[in-house]
Amino acid sequence: MTSYKIRKIKDRFMRILVWLALLMALIPLFSILGEVVLKGASSINLNFLTQPTPTVGEAGGGVANAIQGTLLAVGLASLIGVPIGLMSGIFLSEYSETKLSPAVRFFNDVLNGFPSIVIGIFGYTIIVLSIGFSVIAAAFALAIIMVPIVTRTTEEALKLVPATVREAAIALGVPRWKTIVSVVLSGAKKGIATGILLSLARIAGESAPVLVTMGYWRWWFAGLDKPVANLALNIYIFAISPFENWQALAWGSALILVLLILGISVIVRIFTREKY
Amino acid sequence: MKNFRKPPAFIHNLNAKVHKIFKKPLTGDYAFKLLTAAFASSIFLILGLMLYELTNGSQLSLQRFGIEFLIGTKWDPAISQVFGALPLILGTLVTSAIALLIGVPISLGIGLALSEYAPKRFGFAISFLVELLAAVPSVIYGLWGIFTLIPFLRNNVYAYLQGILGFIPLFSGPIYGGGVLTGGIILAIMIIPTVSAVSRDVFSAVPNTQREAMISLGATKWETAKNVISYARSGVIGAIILGLGRAVGETMAITMVIGNKFQLLPSSLFDAWYTMSAIIANEFTEATYGLYVSALIEVGLVLFFVALIINVLARLVVWRSLKLVRGIARE
Amino acid sequence: MLSPYKFEIESLNAWFGSKHVLKNINMKIKEKAVTAVIGPSGCGKTTFIRCLNRMHEIVPGAKVSGRVLFNGINIYNEDADPVQIRRKMGMVFQKPNPFPMMSIYDNAAAGLKLNGIRDKEKLDSVVERSLKLAILWDEVRDDLNKSGASLSGGQQQRLCIARALAVEPEVMLMDEPCSALDPIATAKIETLIRMLAEDYTVVIVTHNMQQAARVSDFTAFLYLGELVEFGPTKEVFENPRSELTEKYITGEFG
Repeated sequence: MTSYKIRKIKDRFMRILVWLALLMALIPLFSILGEVVLKGASSINLNFLTQPTPTVGEAGGGVANAIQGTLLAVGLASLIGVPIGLMSGIFLSEYSETKLSPAVRFFNDVLNGFPSIVIGIFGYTIIVLSIGFSVIAAAFALAIIMVPIVTRTTEEALKLVPATVREAAIALGVPRWKTIVSVVLSGAKKGIATGILLSLARIAGESAPVLVTMGYWRWWFAGLDKPVANLALNIYIFAISPFENWQALAWGSALILVLLILGISVIVRIFTREKY
Repeated sequence: MKNFRKPPAFIHNLNAKVHKIFKKPLTGDYAFKLLTAAFASSIFLILGLMLYELTNGSQLSLQRFGIEFLIGTKWDPAISQVFGALPLILGTLVTSAIALLIGVPISLGIGLALSEYAPKRFGFAISFLVELLAAVPSVIYGLWGIFTLIPFLRNNVYAYLQGILGFIPLFSGPIYGGGVLTGGIILAIMIIPTVSAVSRDVFSAVPNTQREAMISLGATKWETAKNVISYARSGVIGAIILGLGRAVGETMAITMVIGNKFQLLPSSLFDAWYTMSAIIANEFTEATYGLYVSALIEVGLVLFFVALIINVLARLVVWRSLKLVRGIARE
Repeated sequence: MLSPYKFEIESLNAWFGSKHVLKNINMKIKEKAVTAVIGPSGCGKTTFIRCLNRMHEIVPGAKVSGRVLFNGINIYNEDADPVQIRRKMGMVFQKPNPFPMMSIYDNAAAGLKLNGIRDKEKLDSVVERSLKLAILWDEVRDDLNKSGASLSGGQQQRLCIARALAVEPEVMLMDEPCSALDPIATAKIETLIRMLAEDYTVVIVTHNMQQAARVSDFTAFLYLGELVEFGPTKEVFENPRSELTEKYITGEFG
């Protein structure tokens, strides 16, 4: 076989491999989503959505309290995470000439993708040791996970606002800070909003930090210094349990969580499609 | 001019006070800049405080075991109250290595597919789907891992694998479905979105003139693609390091499939094992006394440093490579 | 080889999407001579030269129709293999594009290695020969392991020429090879082109008319995708048949 024929065969072979690689990524994706939908759908009924978690051995029950708890934890986390991330993003975008900026950006990127369990331990040492396992502790840990995400998406959204917009405002005699707050921010508000939504979707799915700052809770909200139920954590607890009805609850909860997260992700992607 | 208003008296006084401290007038601009800078600086506080708290929390364990913690091979909270993290470190490293071995070639293939092989209109859809993999929470990977992946591997894959490769000790031994290899596989799937996205970006940044040079020499598409990878190789390394960072920090999915068995070395790839993050997740809420908790926090401290080093490295490499690719292109 | 023409171009049309870039080009390019293609910006001269080695079609949305006979065989035949066709022609681009992650040696040897030639002695001798042909050998002979990107612009371009020559093509296609270079580097390459003409068929696109006059044996003048005039360089420049050609040559436009 001539060397050219060999090259041709290699070329064809590698082309197949490349598409195979794609398949190898898509098969798990469809399997996961498919299983969650198939196995989770059977659990979804009115009861499921309105009842709190059942005790061990009890039939029925649902994820209502877990939905409440997750929303609460995410909401509390964003009270801390969004302002910090927003202001940091503004700083990085509008004052990038300062010497502080590269350092801030660098460490934000380092924190991004940090093991969430370690952040959970941090939340444990700061809050749990003084107040106890509580939704505040969980919210604290989740907020820290949020900050780098919101910072980066805010910075990128602000950077997209054209310089001409800023220049026009400044030429009108508006002070720089007012330019940023009134003009630039509103120009970037779609991008900033989608960034925040994405970060909320991300922390709604976090269970490791919740585990070590809050733990399992099967009742409704009982105070900020107490834990709350959490959808993601429940999936873990139920999945590893030996009870079939709990396992069914795990799939049902997974379906709710997936719908929530993917719903947000899809909406965000549709909104930012104009970028491409 | 309308904007020319005299600020009220108390602003003047405040101004004077601030002026003494900051040597600049408290104009709106400066105040705003200070405000945003203060918020932005919280990142240093967060990381610094985290390091401090983790170290603090590890005190009991650090004092008791010292450096032996890192090479200790016993974990006995119940009787002798001795803790050692070596098996955990090994478990984390090995499962991450398996994840890279499986996940990186697939990710590079996807990166190539997106930048070299796929028509542009498909590219968007494919990227979207691959990113969807990243949006799935770790605990749902674990759920799928327990009820779908493990039975599948046990019934359809591992038996054959053992049939073919069983003579190697790595592939012998009892198969229950979970364990080291399963952990590596699930981690591989989880790092694919990250590694493939960065790869796609660095490949796309390679200037077209490089491809044209290869094509004009009579290179095949694959030979041209190899050249692209070569040109972007530092970016690829950055992508791999980022993937490693994700794999190392992954907790829920791995603790749900790896079996959580503390032993220095598994008997085979099909045997259960443990990782740093898995032991924290598994035992933290059951740690009933100070030294136990402290030992787990120290594991967290080790994980902190591992993640820190990997993330810093990744950042530096990706930074440098993007500059390099753009810099060369400018010549 | 029956015909003295390396290329016989018949009814060549090319499109970028819906834009009709080359309109019905008919031309015969003589072998072992330098043919220059001149014309104002956007006249299609780059597209034309890229149709000769089937590089035009790699851009999405690009289309070609017509025949290009190379050594008597239509390269646009249904069963023709573009990869093999390109192998027979060397191409040099406007901006030098050496492979920065390879050494000077490896750059020159790149085409050979692609074709499976591994023998060190053979590679050494071909690399030396090509670098000599490209008038670069003396400048780099002691630094063959340095990166291809470490050279000056003019040297990089000569490296690219050496790289193209190494696979012993029959044709050298040059797309404005000097436009990114300084006058001294340009002069070196023009000398090189004249030397190449003894053994290779050279087609060179240039926006510099004086260069075309200096370097080429034949000149083709393209305007808005059409071949306005083609003939021996001396005639085209001193005695153009078309008024348009005369206007362009005297600098009235473009």
